[in-house]
Amino acid sequence: MKILVCLSNVPDTTSKITFTDNNTKFNTAGVQFIINPYDELALTRALEITEKQGGTVTTITVGLPETEPSIRKGLAIGATDAVRVNAEATDAYFVAEQIAAYAKAEGFDLILTGREGIDYNSGQVAGLLGEMLGLPSVNVITSIEIENGIATMERDIDGGKEKVSCKLPLVASAQKELTEPRIPNMRGIMAARTKPLKVVEATGSEKTSATVAFDLPPAKGGVKLIAPEDAASLIGILHNDIKII
Amino acid sequence: MNVLIFAEQIDGIFKKSTFEAISYGNDIAKKTGGQAIAAVLGLVDNAHLAELATYGADKIIHVNNDKLSAFVPESYAKVVAEIANNENASVLVISNTYTGKSIAGRVAAKLKAGIASGVISAPDTASGFKVRRGVFSGKAFADVNISSAIKVLAITPNTFDIKQDAKSADIAEISADLSDADFITNIVEVSRVTGKIPLTEAEVVVSGGRGLKGPENWHLIEDLANALGAAPACSKPVSDMHWRPHSEHVGQTGITIKPNLYIAVGISGAIQHLAGVSSSKVIVAINKDPEAPFFKAADYGIVGDAFEVMPKIIEAAKALKS
Ligand SMILES: Cc1cc2nc3c(=O)[nH]c(=O)nc-3n(C[C@H](O)[C@H](O)[C@H](O)COP(=O)(O)OP(=O)(O)OC[C@H]3O[C@@H](n4cnc5c(N)ncnc54)[C@H](O)[C@@H]3O)c2cc1C
Ligand SMILES: Nc1ncnc2c1ncn2[C@@H]1O[C@H](COP(=O)(O)O)[C@@H](O)[C@H]1O
Repeated sequence: MKILVCLSNVPDTTSKITFTDNNTKFNTAGVQFIINPYDELALTRALEITEKQGGTVTTITVGLPETEPSIRKGLAIGATDAVRVNAEATDAYFVAEQIAAYAKAEGFDLILTGREGIDYNSGQVAGLLGEMLGLPSVNVITSIEIENGIATMERDIDGGKEKVSCKLPLVASAQKELTEPRIPNMRGIMAARTKPLKVVEATGSEKTSATVAFDLPPAKGGVKLIAPEDAASLIGILHNDIKII
Repeated sequence: MNVLIFAEQIDGIFKKSTFEAISYGNDIAKKTGGQAIAAVLGLVDNAHLAELATYGADKIIHVNNDKLSAFVPESYAKVVAEIANNENASVLVISNTYTGKSIAGRVAAKLKAGIASGVISAPDTASGFKVRRGVFSGKAFADVNISSAIKVLAITPNTFDIKQDAKSADIAEISADLSDADFITNIVEVSRVTGKIPLTEAEVVVSGGRGLKGPENWHLIEDLANALGAAPACSKPVSDMHWRPHSEHVGQTGITIKPNLYIAVGISGAIQHLAGVSSSKVIVAINKDPEAPFFKAADYGIVGDAFEVMPKIIEAAKALKS
């Protein structure tokens, strides 16, 4: 079993989001970067699968050298080797093209992404990648079992769940519940230092979109407090005053 | 510009988000001098199909192939991309639901189209084609310029108005040319909770946190939710402890929602929780701790014990609705 896990490097969930250069660049000053939480689940599940059935887990990251601490962390958690495509990840289309270009020649049985990056929240890489590689894509999976070259998965759908089965190879995106993330141990951290991390250059392709500016949501006007003994009046306010219910 | 709208349906019924998408697409078509074309895949009767015309569809293309009764992203994407080509569509509008998200990327890759998802604005076509989308789980917005000839927009549900704009649209019944190769994925079983509003589509959400002490107290959330026709939600620890199903967990690592009204009960308001709910139009926080961070993000607040306050609110809500 040969598995590819797409790892993105994102700001920690507690980060305060601000921008520089006239609101055109994300301000990374003082921001701690982590492996995208959903990608961590994808990686852990990939390891569980290969530990049971044998095989390798390769991670791939589209990013500049500053993404390497997260890539090393992936290796410390247990990935066999890692690839970094040396380019700034500007949009999902570009990222998927880079990953597809690498994966094409490699013949992976399974490619896992996260449900979405907690930075740019596009949630599109799995579908784009599936189409670019001519493979099925199964989004937001909460479980995956593989037997005799067939993956059986559960996935979230609007208002419920779906059970799907699909012949390998395929692309799937990890949703929470897939497994519990693994924390690297000392041995893993030591081993990660010498595991292969290959850097490849980006394939030239035309960008289809570009972020031109960022903005922050308007500040709230301040909370209006209702005394607990008048709690029932909340309903009147919502119904009569602001007509929201 | 011709605009193709993917008219998502479940069991022959269109969703509210589908009508939002039709209105959104119709606005673009009108502004740029094109047609709003709805693509419907799977079995829908004529009476329901006609609903799309009341919100502005100029043309309705209905692909009624048996095989499309199961939602397989590969085959759906193939059909939608083919229709886009046939109809000369330069903009595709898809709701950013689980279903929409499953096909949007595939359609974009087929059409070599730039894609923006989580879109929260109409496109600005003054120079180029610019849309605003949510990023950093609701903590910020990004303005994205799409430069490809065809553009795919996955729009955020509950963001755009449904507008009446009755037209006499033609319904074109077509059949799709699909082979077994388009159905590698096999849907084994679908279980949908019927009669329940999906969290991402709910206009009102009532959510509970660890302050409620245990699952046995969840009637406080459910009773209010039922009285208001709302969907229930919860904070991450609540689903981690299995008090509530994971599907109800909202926040940065859960579901991102933007209802008209979000009522948070016994939730502290941690940054990761707020990230997923702060785009709600009106926020009410109920917490016994006056220092709880939620009060900084809320429009209305009650500093009080949920066990004393909630019964009063539930009673008032029931009285209002009856
Ligand atoms: C990587 C990461 C991702 C995360 N993602 C998410 C996420 O997506 N969503 C999420 O929700 N959290 C997330 N968290 C967790 C988050 O940091 C908080 O721990 C969590 O939101 C707290 O949940 P809570 O408010 O229910 O519980 P608590 O923080 O324990 O707060 C309980 C609140 O209830 C109040 N209370 C107690 N008793 C009563 C009473 N009788 N009446 C009224 N109020 C009462 C208390 O004053 C307190 O404010 C994440 C954390 C990490 C590290
Ligand atoms: N720069 C990147 N490098 C590698 N994988 C990525 C990158 N960006 C996104 N991904 C993968 O695609 C998933 C969805 O990301 P997105 O479509 O950007 O929300 C992530 O969870 C990752 O698995």
